[in-house]
Amino acid sequence: MAHAHKLEILRGLIKFKSNTQKIWGVLILLSIITTVEVILGIYKPESLSGHFLGMKALNWIFIILTIVKAYYITWDFMHMRDEVPSLKRMVVWTAVFLIIYLVFILLQEGGYIHDVYHNGYIKFDF
Amino acid sequence: MSTTVVNTGTEGKTWGGGTKPLHASYGKMMMWFFIVSDALTFSGFLAAYGFSRFKFIDSWPIADEVFTHVPFLHGQEHPMIYVAFMTFILIMSSVTMVLAVDAGHHLKKSKVTIYMLLTIIGGLIFVGSQAWEWSTFIKGSYGAVQTKGGNILQFVDTNGERVALKDFVVATPVENVMHEDVNGLVSEAQGTTPTYTIENVIHGLESHDNILVRTQALNEHGHPTVLSREESLNKLKSQATQVVEGANLHHNEYGSPLFADFFFFITGFHGFHVFSGVVINIIIFFNVILGTYEKRKSYEMVEKVGLYWHFVDLVWVFVFTFFYLV
Repeated sequence: MAHAHKLEILRGLIKFKSNTQKIWGVLILLSIITTVEVILGIYKPESLSGHFLGMKALNWIFIILTIVKAYYITWDFMHMRDEVPSLKRMVVWTAVFLIIYLVFILLQEGGYIHDVYHNGYIKFDF
Repeated sequence: MSTTVVNTGTEGKTWGGGTKPLHASYGKMMMWFFIVSDALTFSGFLAAYGFSRFKFIDSWPIADEVFTHVPFLHGQEHPMIYVAFMTFILIMSSVTMVLAVDAGHHLKKSKVTIYMLLTIIGGLIFVGSQAWEWSTFIKGSYGAVQTKGGNILQFVDTNGERVALKDFVVATPVENVMHEDVNGLVSEAQGTTPTYTIENVIHGLESHDNILVRTQALNEHGHPTVLSREESLNKLKSQATQVVEGANLHHNEYGSPLFADFFFFITGFHGFHVFSGVVINIIIFFNVILGTYEKRKSYEMVEKVGLYWHFVDLVWVFVFTFFYLV
């Protein structure tokens, strides 16, 4: 019981026979994602340079792919998939909440200062 | 077995002690706590990088132009290739680590030993690559000129291709006068002298019609602005203060010095994590060889160190995205 592993990824789409097999499966998945990132990073397709929510669509793709990779590293390499739900929540919710909070505040402030510089030190002209 | 197990009389009582909260052992849970706090530290650094970048969003260096080198391929530009290799090495060493943990669950000592060794080798290759990346970045590639306001002027030919200072500037011998105490100001720092003086660069630009100045300001397509020939000469003569070759904490030939500061700090802090991970892995490796865990009938220590090692990989995934991709 102590060493029981959940052997399916992608919500049961791919099932593995043994833990070792699952590890290699996850490696292949991570390698594919990294390759896609590198190819997009080298060629930077013009079609993805449009802005979406204040950032280039391409950058959003990079960030989402990174979070997908982080999920598989945590869930399968760090065995988070096999931990009890309360441990998962304790780690993930704490980190995710604080990081989103911090990133929002700092990026908002950075953008504000950029505008102050850009508009000749006037941001709001009432 | 019952002779060796100590019964505390609290079995089945949740608050009676002897129960593992969250079904995780003490050590493993503490490792998770450490990882959460360390993750927040790294997020703080990366968010600070994001702050500075958003502040100078229209003049931030383009990573594809900064990290273009691959060892043994001199003078060729291959953005992303080497860092992709580094990422792959780190993911690969994560895989060997998780295989070691898996072998540990089955109490296979020889397999754990081999996988731990491979993990250590992967870690060393990564740290070595990072050292190489640092040294390339510090040395610089093209050279540039810094203006009074601290901005960077780079040089391109009429096709927009970068031109190195050494291709059009002729150095005049610089007399490097040793600062003596007699002249006062003992504490004045004596830095290294760049290969060229500003006069050399101005002369070089005047005598080469095909060279133009490129500023850091990004145009609407996200490319740096190239000045006309006349503007180039004007800009250089009126504003240039010093020649910058390579990058350090004060000057950065690739653009904003903040970029270099964050690069050194964040990849340095991550590299330090990799280094300490390698050291811890080596300790565990020897413990495995000595049979410490074999006697214990539990390889949980490998698992705990594994958690740390995967975390280092996890952080790199984010550093890779925010420094090299976005």
